[in-house]
Amino acid sequence: MHFGVLVFPGSNCDIDCYKAVGDTIDQTVEYVWHTETDLSRFDAILVPGGFSYGDYLRCGAIARFAPVMTALQAFAARGGYVLGICNGFQILTEAGLLPGALLRNQSLKFRCHSALLRVENAGTAFTGSYQEGQVIDIPIAHGEGNYYCDEETLAELTRENRIVFRYAGENPNGSLNDIAGIINKEGNVLGMMPHPERAVHVRLGSGDGAGMFESILNAWRETNGAAVNR
Amino acid sequence: MKATVYVTIKESVLDPQGNAVQGALHSMGFEEVGKVRIGKYMELELDTNDRAEAEERLRAMCEKLLANTVVEDFRFELV
Repeated sequence: MHFGVLVFPGSNCDIDCYKAVGDTIDQTVEYVWHTETDLSRFDAILVPGGFSYGDYLRCGAIARFAPVMTALQAFAARGGYVLGICNGFQILTEAGLLPGALLRNQSLKFRCHSALLRVENAGTAFTGSYQEGQVIDIPIAHGEGNYYCDEETLAELTRENRIVFRYAGENPNGSLNDIAGIINKEGNVLGMMPHPERAVHVRLGSGDGAGMFESILNAWRETNGAAVNR
Repeated sequence: MKATVYVTIKESVLDPQGNAVQGALHSMGFEEVGKVRIGKYMELELDTNDRAEAEERLRAMCEKLLANTVVEDFRFELV
């Protein structure tokens, strides 16, 4: 399985994402500069955290128009797995690949600490290694993670079981319904504020994030033949 | 031609910055302050003399980039 990690000017979790793929599931991975226009060689794309374009105007607003984003739309439309983390989640909402928006934290503070998440849907390609209702420890680091969408969208997300993660302890940002991560209707694009790539080994404080990478690999193997390793 | 663009958070959406500023103003003794909403003000220089075209293109700029219409409203003026 071949992973790509998008890199925008100002991305700063790209190296963590890159290394997490190698360290957790030992698959091939390469960086993808924001000017690239073809993602057809990849099976999964990670949109990393950071401060793309300095968070100018709105988080993700400018990155969303980078050339690679047109390719990402096509990649997602043909069913490729897309995982947006933190600023990556913000970019995916700005791009319309996921509904809603991420607003300033209610506390107005940048929150950087570990957070407990409840896996609300363990039936996705990104969460198959977890148990439904399992509480996992994944760090957050954001100032704009306050998920918002209109009532109609919230009802749809709830009805279709597309709220994948909720904060299990204190809600660190005031997000609607304690939402920490959501998935698209087709089930191949997931966005989340917490950073699973920073929680891939107990020595980093938690190894709970590794399950996401294992889940993606398992989901990919199920559709591409169990014997395939890479 | 010069355009000024105002982007504000929708009425239905909570504005934590506005709330914090309202609280600060109250604690400073400005009790008359009701709701506070914080937004953005932008100045754009446009290389055109066609007002109708400028308005049409400004609307597109706002909808595509300058505002996120999921959570923000916009209005603009041409001078």
